[in-house]
Amino acid sequence: MSEELLRLEHLSIDYKVKGGYLSAVNDVNLSVNRGEILAVVGESGCGKSTIAHSIMNLLPGGNEEVEGKILFKGEDLRKYSRKQMEAIRGKDIGMIFQNPLDSLNPVYKTGKQVEEAILLDGIDRVQAWNKVLELYKDVKMPDAEVRANSFPHELSGGMRQRVMIAMMLSRNPQLLIADEPTTALDVTIEAQILEIIKDLKKTYDTAIMLITHNFGLVAEVADKIAVMYAGEVIEYGDVFEIFEKPLHPYTTLLMKALPRKTKHEGRLQTIDGNVPRILDKKPGCRFANRCPYAMEKCKDNTPPEIHVSEEHKCRCFLLEEQAEGKEAAE
Amino acid sequence: MLVFAVTLLVFSLLYMMPGNPIDIITDRKVSAEKRAELVHQYGYDQPLHVQYVRWIKKIVTEQDFGQSVRYKVPVWNLMKDRIPRSVKLCGWSLLIEMLLALPLGLLAAIKKDSFYDRFSVNFTLMLTSMPSFWLGALLILIFAVGLKWFPISGFEHARNYVLPVAALTAGSLAGTLRLTRAEVLEVLNEKYVTTALAKGLPYRTVMFKHVLRNALIMVTVSVFMSLPWLISGAVVTEKIFGIPGMGNLLLNSIVVQDFPVVQAVLLIIAILTVICNLLSDIVIAILDPRIRIAIGGGDK
Amino acid sequence: MSSKSRETLHACLHNVNFMIGFFMLLSVVLIAIFADKIAPYGYTDQLVGPQFTSPGGSYLFGTDELGRDVLSRVIYGTRITLKVAVLGASLELIIGVVIGLSCGYFGGAIDHVFTFLTDLTWCIPGTILALAVVTLIGKSLTNSVIAIAMVCWASYARPIRAKTMSLKTMAFVETGKAFGESSVALMFRYILPNVIPSLIVMVSTTLPSTILSTTTLSFLGMGSQAPSPDWGLALSKGIDYIGSAPWLSIFPGIALVYTVLGFALFGEGVRDILDPHLKSQ
Repeated sequence: MSEELLRLEHLSIDYKVKGGYLSAVNDVNLSVNRGEILAVVGESGCGKSTIAHSIMNLLPGGNEEVEGKILFKGEDLRKYSRKQMEAIRGKDIGMIFQNPLDSLNPVYKTGKQVEEAILLDGIDRVQAWNKVLELYKDVKMPDAEVRANSFPHELSGGMRQRVMIAMMLSRNPQLLIADEPTTALDVTIEAQILEIIKDLKKTYDTAIMLITHNFGLVAEVADKIAVMYAGEVIEYGDVFEIFEKPLHPYTTLLMKALPRKTKHEGRLQTIDGNVPRILDKKPGCRFANRCPYAMEKCKDNTPPEIHVSEEHKCRCFLLEEQAEGKEAAE
Repeated sequence: MLVFAVTLLVFSLLYMMPGNPIDIITDRKVSAEKRAELVHQYGYDQPLHVQYVRWIKKIVTEQDFGQSVRYKVPVWNLMKDRIPRSVKLCGWSLLIEMLLALPLGLLAAIKKDSFYDRFSVNFTLMLTSMPSFWLGALLILIFAVGLKWFPISGFEHARNYVLPVAALTAGSLAGTLRLTRAEVLEVLNEKYVTTALAKGLPYRTVMFKHVLRNALIMVTVSVFMSLPWLISGAVVTEKIFGIPGMGNLLLNSIVVQDFPVVQAVLLIIAILTVICNLLSDIVIAILDPRIRIAIGGGDK
Repeated sequence: MSSKSRETLHACLHNVNFMIGFFMLLSVVLIAIFADKIAPYGYTDQLVGPQFTSPGGSYLFGTDELGRDVLSRVIYGTRITLKVAVLGASLELIIGVVIGLSCGYFGGAIDHVFTFLTDLTWCIPGTILALAVVTLIGKSLTNSVIAIAMVCWASYARPIRAKTMSLKTMAFVETGKAFGESSVALMFRYILPNVIPSLIVMVSTTLPSTILSTTTLSFLGMGSQAPSPDWGLALSKGIDYIGSAPWLSIFPGIALVYTVLGFALFGEGVRDILDPHLKSQ
């Protein structure tokens, strides 16, 4: 259908830690098309943010090892020099962070920080400032002029996140990576911010990679979902397909954990245990120890990525069994 | 309030000292009447608080710091030539310290764990372990005695000040460099640095405009806080290089127990320090808008 | 318990700063203990050789203006410096415990006085205030250490005060209070044991500057008096002859830097081991 913008191929990221490697991301394959919203969902610590930062080449630096390809419009960003990356950042790919409280520099006025990005395109100051005010209106900032002349600590969390969005959209990037953009905000503000993101997608046709742990949010805005667990994408596909027919036990459990508006089924379902920290790469399904359907082979064999349909992939032996079961029945 | 307390402290400190100032200036042969007359003339027979009020009043209204009991001239006359020399020494040292410590500290932090970083960390540790008087001696030995580039002592020419300024700068330079490094490392971890990079700013711009700018806040505070150290260091440096500044005046006056002079020098240094502290508050307020609001009082 | 002390030992052995500092200090302590055995001459023996002999030969570090052996004087000087260290450390400990603990524990009026006095002492540069104090109580080595401690008391008391304040609100102290323990018992039996690591860190990190300040006072003629082999005093004499006999100032200086560096490395090591949190700051 539409053109592919970003493609991750066999992306693995390990952090060097005392006594070995911590596998943060393992063999991840994803793609985002132009004008599409891909939601990356998972519990905290599953490697979502690491992926986001690695695309921008903004990992903390020093102790991580990256393997695989990060293709943006067909070109591997991992082969880009620092200069080339600087040219891509903000211009082609924008990024919004989780906590708007400390992602703005406290000593500069918010408008100036947005303007700083616009000026990179060689626009003169007056025009740039007007653009800032325009952007503030786009992100529905009340009293745009006043807020642009305010310091970050004078704004509420929601307003700061608007500033971040304005800043990252100021140069019309084709892809926006939003790393938990609403986690630190109130529910009402969350809804507003999501509205803004959806609107912007419509107006500017920006592709968005939305990283979140909130499955409910995904249902509202996303076109595609990638469910992550312990550094691996365990299920990936069209949002309707996955909501209708989740295949991986983990996805199923996550969806059961969602509060429903209509039925009251007593307590919310929880998943026992925690996301494991994978220290050594051993074969085996990473979810096996928490999976209600775990089988003997799950412990020592890594489940393959099974294509259910062209767009829908899943890593689970259950699917293999079912497929075999079907074959056997035939 | 603080200024008042300081003047009181300086004043009373000196009156707790052993020995009667009159004994020092007079001979043993001087008769008791003559001595009493002198005591009265200098006002030492009055209660302490009266003396204190008179002392302060004279300073404020007539810039009269009293008479040196040793040299028999007004204290101000002794100080007025010496102040510029000490100020010159401290001023240059402060300037050079800032000009060197900030970029070097920034570089050490950016290139953390590199050879340069480890070198600068260890080198500055060496410098702080080195007493300034010994460093001064080494400088004299190498550059004045050995290479004969600069004179050993003297105070008339700019050339005279090179070695003293270097000796004085070294200690504080090390401290400020280490602090700058630590502060920059802290700021580098801040989210807004990632934001600045994410919006496409060149690395260099981010380092100077965002990182250094924020690290400067704490560094400025500490530089102002370290000014007393600089002044103490100046005392030592002036002694080594034989510069007749305020430090030497203070030392000599303590040795000969010339109370009015000691009082006056201490007072000036103390007031200078208070002013520096005030200035540092102002500078921080300028650098950090969060504090600006707090001082300005509430929301707009 | 034993596994914890083994862990600490392990941390010590693997901390480069600590180990280097430890061995540097060990050598200084050994020299100080065996000074009479090592030193070729006594530190006051005059005219053991010609005046101003250059280093080398039978006078390894040369001789001074009174024909005294510089090497012997440097060796005996270790005793002075270690005396300063021990005296300084105990004074710092007393100040830290008494003032820091009571300000932190009682708060209120005592604490206000503390804060005010801190501000006040910050108004006059340390060395200069110490000069005044020494003039007041008389010039001697011990007095110069006391003067330094009196001037720097705030920086010794401050970290202990902060630590005490945070400990005071913790559950185990509240429990003690509920059992009707007296304030003194609470302070010394409940809080003090938990403050000890901070105390050790405070003392070991401030000792280098205490030694330097004391030497500075000696250099200015306000500390040790002749014929003490104090390195600061030796240096101040040495400066007068720097053109003709530089060895008079070089060797005591090297000894001093070596010792202070040893203390500084040791202090950093101790801090890293006992207070890993501080390391990141």
